[in-house]
Amino acid sequence: MCGIVGLFLKDKSLEPELGAMLSDMLVTMTDRGPDSAGIAIYGSDDNKNGKITIQSDTPDEVFPNLEQDIKVATGTKVSVKRKSTHAVLEMDASEVNSVRSALNKIRPSVRIMSAGDTIEIYKEVGLPKDVAARFDISSMSGTHGIGHTRMATESAVTTMGAHPFSTGSDQCLVHNGSLSNHNSLRRKLRREGVHIETENDTEVGAAYLTYKMQQGSTLGEALESSLKDLDGFFTFLVGTKDGFGVVRDPIACKPAVMAETDQYVAFGSEYRALVNLPGIEEARVWEPEPATVYFWTH
Amino acid sequence: MQTFDLEALGLRKLNSTLHEQIEDTNQTAWEVINPKGSHAIAVGLDSPIEVTIKGSTGYYCGGMNQKATIKVVGSAGPGTAENMMSGKVIIEGDASQYAGATGHGGLLVIKGNASSRCGISMKGINIVVHGNIGHMSAFMAQSGNLVVCGDAGDALGDSCYEARLFVRGSVKSLGADCEEKEMRPEHIQILKELLAEAESDAKPEEFKRYGSARNLYNFDVDNAAAY
Repeated sequence: MCGIVGLFLKDKSLEPELGAMLSDMLVTMTDRGPDSAGIAIYGSDDNKNGKITIQSDTPDEVFPNLEQDIKVATGTKVSVKRKSTHAVLEMDASEVNSVRSALNKIRPSVRIMSAGDTIEIYKEVGLPKDVAARFDISSMSGTHGIGHTRMATESAVTTMGAHPFSTGSDQCLVHNGSLSNHNSLRRKLRREGVHIETENDTEVGAAYLTYKMQQGSTLGEALESSLKDLDGFFTFLVGTKDGFGVVRDPIACKPAVMAETDQYVAFGSEYRALVNLPGIEEARVWEPEPATVYFWTH
Repeated sequence: MQTFDLEALGLRKLNSTLHEQIEDTNQTAWEVINPKGSHAIAVGLDSPIEVTIKGSTGYYCGGMNQKATIKVVGSAGPGTAENMMSGKVIIEGDASQYAGATGHGGLLVIKGNASSRCGISMKGINIVVHGNIGHMSAFMAQSGNLVVCGDAGDALGDSCYEARLFVRGSVKSLGADCEEKEMRPEHIQILKELLAEAESDAKPEEFKRYGSARNLYNFDVDNAAAY
């Protein structure tokens, strides 16, 4: 099954509530998938810094002295904010790539969850309520975010198999469904030089969209072409720095409900995920059409 | 009127309370508040009671219904009135995918739009949709009537058997072995009664009828010996 949720805020006054609202939506979807959970939050871009979110299975060994070691390796000043098994590294936006490659050398066991200007991704094995509490998602503010609770089918229940998947700067994807041509597509994308870490089907979907956008497609165009190039079942929810998009495969057996008011656009696998949002009784609620791309930008 | 707060008392209590109502119960009218998209509301009812759900429902609302009249004052999730045997289910808003699937009898009324696979494998149920229906509706439909006052999506009536499909608006495409059929007086009569019961003011004469062309393998007598 899997449960996915998303919230795109139009009303700035709701931004401090984003993490709390999104966590509540995701926890409601727990019984669609208890294996692992993850959330991507797009924070404000006020300080113009770049961010890398990293994860480690041995954070007590890996995270201490990280600031100094990066400074020595790259000459870049980085602030490290640890949250449980994850840490958010903040630095000058132009240094994101150099810090990322330095991390590969000085902390090879560290996994990169996301990189970009505003995105932070937190994901772990466990129930949504535990994952949300562990990373204190409820206290986070932001402009938009997406979340996923997983019932694994195509790859193992691990942190790296959890969603959201990010393969490009400020981009991420959550998926309900299963792709059937992910092996051949992974080989094709790798030949094009695209970095894909896991054997998971969804990561291939994320890498595909990133690749298309690198080739010059807009998010909308990339989602459009996914309908042609991806085979299988999918309801995708995609986040970019300034917006989010939704697309379902032509068969559309994976559920999806959307709601829109003057304050927000919300997505849920089920209506239950949306019932606590403000003004939901007056919202326009609808089921996204199959093979139709929807996206919203700030 | 009995009022039941689903949030306070829970789903099991709701359905067991409704199941306890016998044929000649005095408590014939029930109102369910705070449904909040919950699954399996008013499933498996077996007495002629009236249940009104004040809000939207999740999966399988009114499933396997016999005799009861269930009204959703909101929209309904997937599998609404699935395998209904008799009685009536009325959705004031929209219904998600496979509404009325495999239903054997009774009437399902959707006052908004229905999503994909509406009436899939229907076996005698009548379904009236005031709005549009999605793709693959009435797939392998065996008997009963599907009435659509709006438009139908792709692959309507694919591999259907004896079900009658009536559409007032456009049909995006017909499924395998589904074709337009002649409207005869008995069809106008069926439509007239169903539209009246479903509180639709559409005119029976505005509809076209679709059904099985009976050209698939299973309709060919030469294949009968294979069974």
